[in-house]
Amino acid sequence: MSKKNTSHLTKAKQPFNFYTRLNLIEFTGKKATNLRELVDIMKEVPGSVIYHHTHHYLQQHLYLSPEPPNDFAYWVTYILREDELGEEIASIDLCEFSTIRSLREKIIETIEQHLARNPETLRTAPPGGEFHFFKTITFILPTPYVASNLLEFLEAIRKISIHSIYFHMFEAKLRLEKGENDFSRWIEDMLGEKELAREIARFDPYTFTMEGLRGNLCRLITKYIPGEIIECPE
Amino acid sequence: MSRISDYESIVGAEVINELKMLARKLKNKVVQNINSTSVGGGVAEILGRMVPLLQDLGVDARWDVVKGGEKYFQVTKKFHNALHGRKMEISSDDYGIFLETTKANIEQMEFYGNIIFIHDPQPVALVEKRKYLKSRWIWRCHIDFTSPDPEMWEFLKSFVKQYDASVFSAPSFARPLPIRQFLISPSIDPLSDKNRELSEEEINNVLERLKINRDKPIITQISRFDYLKDPFGVIEAFRLVKKYVDCRLVLAGGGAIDDPEGAKVFQEVKEKAGNDPDILVLLLPPASDLEINALQRASTVILQKSLREGFGLTVAEALWKAKPVVASAVGGIPLQIAHKYSGLLSHTVQGTAFWIRQLLHSPEYAKTLGENGKAHIKQNFLLTRHLRDYLLLFLSLEEEEDIIYL
Repeated sequence: MSKKNTSHLTKAKQPFNFYTRLNLIEFTGKKATNLRELVDIMKEVPGSVIYHHTHHYLQQHLYLSPEPPNDFAYWVTYILREDELGEEIASIDLCEFSTIRSLREKIIETIEQHLARNPETLRTAPPGGEFHFFKTITFILPTPYVASNLLEFLEAIRKISIHSIYFHMFEAKLRLEKGENDFSRWIEDMLGEKELAREIARFDPYTFTMEGLRGNLCRLITKYIPGEIIECPE
Repeated sequence: MSRISDYESIVGAEVINELKMLARKLKNKVVQNINSTSVGGGVAEILGRMVPLLQDLGVDARWDVVKGGEKYFQVTKKFHNALHGRKMEISSDDYGIFLETTKANIEQMEFYGNIIFIHDPQPVALVEKRKYLKSRWIWRCHIDFTSPDPEMWEFLKSFVKQYDASVFSAPSFARPLPIRQFLISPSIDPLSDKNRELSEEEINNVLERLKINRDKPIITQISRFDYLKDPFGVIEAFRLVKKYVDCRLVLAGGGAIDDPEGAKVFQEVKEKAGNDPDILVLLLPPASDLEINALQRASTVILQKSLREGFGLTVAEALWKAKPVVASAVGGIPLQIAHKYSGLLSHTVQGTAFWIRQLLHSPEYAKTLGENGKAHIKQNFLLTRHLRDYLLLFLSLEEEEDIIYL
């Protein structure tokens, strides 16, 4: 918590409580060997399965790759060798979706259109190359970090775990279906900083590494705290 | 013995705080671990580290061991090999010995845990006791389950399906089962002798003792002498590299002494290496953790050119030392290496040689891969992540939703 004089900063109507999330992976027992089976299973599995296969790579490699690959695109490209469809699935803009349901429908539609265009060819994965469906069980828990003004908020952003940033930026919007990320909502509703809220909402979090996202959030927020020299991570 | 606070300087205070928070949610629960031996073997090693750390976090974790005679352990060794996919002759007497020993253990053992955490196949049938208790039962499979012998698996499955949940190490190990199956990767301990930081002096001492000169780049593969680790392919790849870059190869591993096939492979590898003074084939005695650590740290490039692999934790060990790794895309290795980000994946001898040359010619690129690899291991394959997954697993037993507010 900041010990600096913060009397010149807007005090939030309600403080921001930082939460974090931890994941456990569960096997669903379902597997697909071709695109038809993939689509059929995608239609019936819980949303946590779709979430897992579009987000787990990002969280496991979050220090490394700014690419947003998902398992469906990977399997279609590298196992079924359907390069064109693989690219189509990989380029689905995850930012555009505010529910898992709509994301699921978009991926299914993309695959079904491909199947309709190519009714003759249905490639089968080689033995051992089947697509195994997993789901993410998410545990949400509070952290000790609380912010009542922008400086406290920034200090927390610098210290909280990557999982906490992930929770408020990705999961709140898409998985909990809040429509936007938690940071933008609080900054606009509780501090009245509409421009900063919009700038954060405009971030495409899928194109940063998570540490890159932390650094960018830090630099952006710093611009709205006059008179403070704050070091941000790269 | 390490304390949980010892890991804070490696993984950060936030990770330790998260573990403490989860542990508090398990207050008043007793976690009873049961396996087949208290010393020797990977599971005993894991429990020997995990149980004290769970206790240090405030979880009432305990550890019991099943009792069995020589015949019982001969039978469970057969089971173990069959589950690894080897064809074994298992007689009805063998099954009888297994079931009788289990029955004796059920009668003698005290099942006091709220959560009974059974490790590997040897104690799997203790679950017959479950119907008399209110406890939750989990079966943790530590072994490579890529292609278990079908008959053996059918026998084992009749017990596994009586559990509340099961845990496997890699996606390809999971089986069709009517119970919940979780995926928890194994891990390495950054404070163990095999992985802790070493001074240059310690590294040099080990290499002097092993008579390895550090005058040129060292390419290393650490693995037991086994055809599936493809030591011959490693030598062929090295010879292709050697045409262009002067370097040394170290093939080091242990575990061949009581394994007739291992001893044969070791001899064949020695023959293949011939009189080349730049190829060193080393048979390491058990408990050579410090030597393996020093060899990995002294290496310029580390290989894991396996034809088949379980999880392949030697890759995590190498990456933790920020070394560039060239490894086959088999078993759990692709989970540890994102190609061209945190290491390089190869499929052939020629490909392996090509990537080694690239790394030797581009030290900056090699350095970046190593650093990225270390970051990836830190995030996903250290003991603290393994502890977190176990705590979440225990907590998940009482929940059915996919999003859980703690």
